[in-house]
Amino acid sequence: MMNVALVKPTTERASSEMFAAVRGRLPGTGTVNEVRQAAFSDFTQRGLPHRRIEEWKYTDLRVLLRDVAPLAETPDQAALARAAKAVTAHGADDAHKLVLVDGMFAQQLSDRALEAGVTVRVLREVLEDNSAAARADLLITTAASDAMISLNTAMATDGVVIDVAENVKLTKPLHIVHIATQSRAAAFTRSLLKVANGAHATLVESFVGADGAAAYQAHDSVVLWIGDGAELQHVRLVEDARDAANISTAVVTLGARARFNSFNLTSGGAVSRYQSFVKFGGEGSHAEVNGVNLINGKQHADTTLFLDHAVPNCTSNEVFRAAVDGQAHSVFQGRIIVRPDAQKTDARMMTRALLLSDDAEADNKPELEIFADDVQCGHGATTGALDESLLFYLRARGLPEKEAQALLIQAFVGQAMESIADESLRDAAVATAERWLATRA
Amino acid sequence: MPLLEVRNLQVRVEEREILHGLSLTVNDGEVHAIMGPNGSGKSTLSHVIAGKPGYEVTGGEILFKGEDLLAMSPDQRAAKGVFLAFQYPVEIPGVATMTFLRTALNAQRKARGEAELSTPDFLKKVRAVAASLNIPQEMLRRGVNVGFSGGEKKRNEVLQMALFEPSVCILDEMDSGLDIDALRIAADGVNALRSQGRAMIVITHYQRLLNYIVPDVVHVMSAGRVVKSGGKELALELEANGYAQFEEQAA
Repeated sequence: MMNVALVKPTTERASSEMFAAVRGRLPGTGTVNEVRQAAFSDFTQRGLPHRRIEEWKYTDLRVLLRDVAPLAETPDQAALARAAKAVTAHGADDAHKLVLVDGMFAQQLSDRALEAGVTVRVLREVLEDNSAAARADLLITTAASDAMISLNTAMATDGVVIDVAENVKLTKPLHIVHIATQSRAAAFTRSLLKVANGAHATLVESFVGADGAAAYQAHDSVVLWIGDGAELQHVRLVEDARDAANISTAVVTLGARARFNSFNLTSGGAVSRYQSFVKFGGEGSHAEVNGVNLINGKQHADTTLFLDHAVPNCTSNEVFRAAVDGQAHSVFQGRIIVRPDAQKTDARMMTRALLLSDDAEADNKPELEIFADDVQCGHGATTGALDESLLFYLRARGLPEKEAQALLIQAFVGQAMESIADESLRDAAVATAERWLATRA
Repeated sequence: MPLLEVRNLQVRVEEREILHGLSLTVNDGEVHAIMGPNGSGKSTLSHVIAGKPGYEVTGGEILFKGEDLLAMSPDQRAAKGVFLAFQYPVEIPGVATMTFLRTALNAQRKARGEAELSTPDFLKKVRAVAASLNIPQEMLRRGVNVGFSGGEKKRNEVLQMALFEPSVCILDEMDSGLDIDALRIAADGVNALRSQGRAMIVITHYQRLLNYIVPDVVHVMSAGRVVKSGGKELALELEANGYAQFEEQAA
């Protein structure tokens, strides 16, 4: 680790200068500021993750990202107007919209009326409220230490803090919409959702660029708690501009008899990493962590999962699919840890990649670390091309080549999308996939 | 003008020549049977007509309504009215049969410059055809051919044939893997489609199928050529005497 700072000193220097320059714009003083300072020095010590850091082996941010972009300006009315158009184009119809524009909560674009039993606070306001107890904790996560989480902690400008009260079953999804309007600028957001015991909620996260926003960076993290007997449906749609970067983290903790059903679709962005850290904190719980990468051109999309079976009697299932065209590069890493006393664990992971061109690349890395003896765990990984006999059958029935391929790609990724329980959200994911397929034609 | 004219067709797969100058003329309204032993080139002929990749045409031509068929992509051929009922219809998990039928029909209509069929019109049409072939609605909701029995797969081919209304239908070994009841249902479906404006080429090993789909013309293929053509009685003669006589001839 000592020589990391020597690898690319310009990156660290640029970052240090940036932090010093923007510190005044970051909300919170006192303990909040101390947490930020500590996180930032952790980031400067490590620098951007690179290929010699095992967890980042296939996604070398020193090569792919090179630098952290300057912090985005607070969006003005013109920016908000552009963001409003993007919200209209991408917002789920029947959801509570919570809109973050260039890393700032946009009250005027968000839905004010909420269902009973749910409260939404604005992270910036909580951090700036000196009377709020334990406000600095909002920036601390329990996840394994990671340079990009530290950077996010140091730089987070805003986000939403959502609480769903005990036994409340929300009927509408909560939809966090991230919009970038500025080019070559970075937004840093941190959101938290606590689903109290016995409550049910659905969280959707969308990442998009407003028209004209280019080469921006979205740095996000969410911290999700799912209480005893609680349920969370979670859908992420990453549809950023084709030259943008998206570095996101989810830190998820499940109580006892809890349910977590998560689906991520990455079809946008030049460089993206979605890393989730999911931990079973109570027995009798179940987690589904599914995902799809649909990429072409020179896109790089990395989906990484750390799943911690820390307690007995929990089950988990992962279905991951990647369709990779052009010179794109898909990465899937799934590490499942079964702790010594996590008996009766049932953990399954299946990852499949479809290579649509000779230059496409897919790295699938499933890892099981099992320390308990009475468990059922399985994983599989396959990589292949579209089946020529299926393609010919479809073409012999009148489908032009691209349409035949599109139908087979949709069927291939559809197997991972079936896990989305909410029909309108499943439709939204399918529509996002269709928009990606249209870019191939 | 004949509907389909194969002239002196020579075809290679990798370095091996499979068809050595095959000729065949199929007129409007006719049903032709092509019989022959394994390896005589029957399936190769059906694949080349449909445009399957992996075959190299080194000589000859195929004219469909006077147009050069070999210059068209498989989907263009389908839109023009060429239909191949597969010997082994493939399973396509994740693509519902109904979605597939609709996508294919509308792709063909679009290629012909016709408007897409409205949902009610499409459903009405599919339901009517499915009912006549004893295909339950539940089957149409499943993935294409996924979990279908051999008979169901073949009925699904006939369903598509009825839906797409092609001008030339090639039935490649439709009888393989079917019991007598399944064969009768599929054959009845095919017979219902015999009409002016349409011709059929029935490829089979056995005379049995031709009891149900009675041909106008029978061709015997051996070693990549048509070695004899005749009326439907030729099939009976083959059943009695086997292919040996023709194999000697071809050699």
